[in-house]
Amino acid sequence: MKPSLGGRINHIAAWMILAILIVPSLVSFPVSITAKTYLSLPWEGVSLQHFRNLLTSPEWISSFGQSLLIAIAASALATLLGTLAAIGLWRLSGRFIETIRAFLLLPLMVPPIISAMAFYRWWVPLGLIDSYLGIILAHAILAIPMVVITVSAALANFDLRLEQASRSLGASLPTTLRRVILPVIRPGILAGAVFAFILSWDEIVVTLFISKFDVFTLPRRLWNGMRENTDPTVAAAAVVLICTTLVFIVGFAILSRRRGEEAA
Amino acid sequence: MATRTSRFNPYWLLVAPAVLLVLALYVAPIVNVLLLSVTDPKPGLGNYAKIFESDTVANLIWRTIRLCLITTVAAVTLGYVVSYAMLHALSGVRRRMMSILLISFWISVLVRSFAWLMLLGHNGLVNGALLSLGIISEPLPLMRNELGVLIGMTEYMIPYAILPLLANMQGIDPRVTSASRSLGASSAQTFFRVFLPLTKPGIIAASLLVFISSLGFYVTPAILGGGKVQMIAEYISVQLLVTVRWGVAAMLATLMIASVLALMYVLNRFMKLSVVFGGVAR
Repeated sequence: MKPSLGGRINHIAAWMILAILIVPSLVSFPVSITAKTYLSLPWEGVSLQHFRNLLTSPEWISSFGQSLLIAIAASALATLLGTLAAIGLWRLSGRFIETIRAFLLLPLMVPPIISAMAFYRWWVPLGLIDSYLGIILAHAILAIPMVVITVSAALANFDLRLEQASRSLGASLPTTLRRVILPVIRPGILAGAVFAFILSWDEIVVTLFISKFDVFTLPRRLWNGMRENTDPTVAAAAVVLICTTLVFIVGFAILSRRRGEEAA
Repeated sequence: MATRTSRFNPYWLLVAPAVLLVLALYVAPIVNVLLLSVTDPKPGLGNYAKIFESDTVANLIWRTIRLCLITTVAAVTLGYVVSYAMLHALSGVRRRMMSILLISFWISVLVRSFAWLMLLGHNGLVNGALLSLGIISEPLPLMRNELGVLIGMTEYMIPYAILPLLANMQGIDPRVTSASRSLGASSAQTFFRVFLPLTKPGIIAASLLVFISSLGFYVTPAILGGGKVQMIAEYISVQLLVTVRWGVAAMLATLMIASVLALMYVLNRFMKLSVVFGGVAR
């Protein structure tokens, strides 16, 4: 059937809106290679000087390393705790279970600025302000809902009788987890881990409140650079941030597609 | 059965670490902030009275609600156009559209605000292009005002609008619209009298989700508003980091949390949260 005029207009409008979702974010790429020293498109020459600035600046390098360390630690912690919690919630029943699930999803629903206030106020007496431990814990807590959601989705397709068979044949809970449950829900765990990593890698609002001098993540340095607003080095850093996120998302998509083909 | 319920279920041990961590280091501090709203600087409802006494606070709340409402209408309208096209697209095209949505969903709000900063600024790329084409003779004020904040917020929120809309549209039996067409209704009649009413739950869910998520916007107004378009989140940060007045900030946080949770409850009645968030996570 030939698409109607209205359908064609709708299709074009949709692609224009989708372009607006992607194209502006990509403007960092040309700006990062401008030969000028202010934010501009590289009409009058291309140069890699801003990337050189980025790679030779001890501040940017240190922020990059810090962000990586924090994101790896926070996503590992969130994935571990979130996965165990999702499995537990799946096999438990009772009045309180939905309430507990809601508590675990709370960090996703509460606006980040309020999470930031809460952590800030609580971290001061605990001595966690401006420490790696403080930021890793905060990011892990913010990321737990992501993992609970993806793992719960994977468990929803899991045949409960497999778990019951394993347990009734005498396998302990740790053995059942390791040999029966975890292999089946691995894609869900992987998805949760990727989302948790990106969440921590990009996180800015909470970090602004609970870090000062010692811990200075990449988004934090980007934020400062952006408010001063003239140096294309910031655009180069934005390119690094986007590319890291893209590598994880695309890598994850390829992995899950390959697994889908294997299953088919 | 009686022995089962009386025996300790080992699965509690799996839930415990996450729950204890979240209770001790998240729920408790949040409750602590909520309590501050009635205890700081002195016990009582003094902070809440500021809504009626202080024009600054009243204007702030009104501005936040107004900007969030405009963002909601814009994002849901544009999101509807995309969802409708996705519903009717071939599966390969739809998958490509979906990947664009997911990529934009995961590009950080900071990077996206920075991009708009470069595009919309006084000497930004949009003004530069319009000037060199001779369409305008003076740079347009696209940023450091409400327009800039609205552009940034709407663009960020479109994917949030699309996911519930699409989930709703995909649940509509396509035979309903075919029936309408074969009974002689024009395509416009079919859309406005059959399809649009059926997507009402999706529109409501998308609007609530976008509104709830916009209420807490911090980065976008701070960067694109240039300090001139303060919304509640930015005001809170100034109260905490500059003037150190926890009471007012805690009061605003309490209002925000109460509205978010109340609207989330309403949203859950229109569309299960697992559908909304499930779509996001996938």
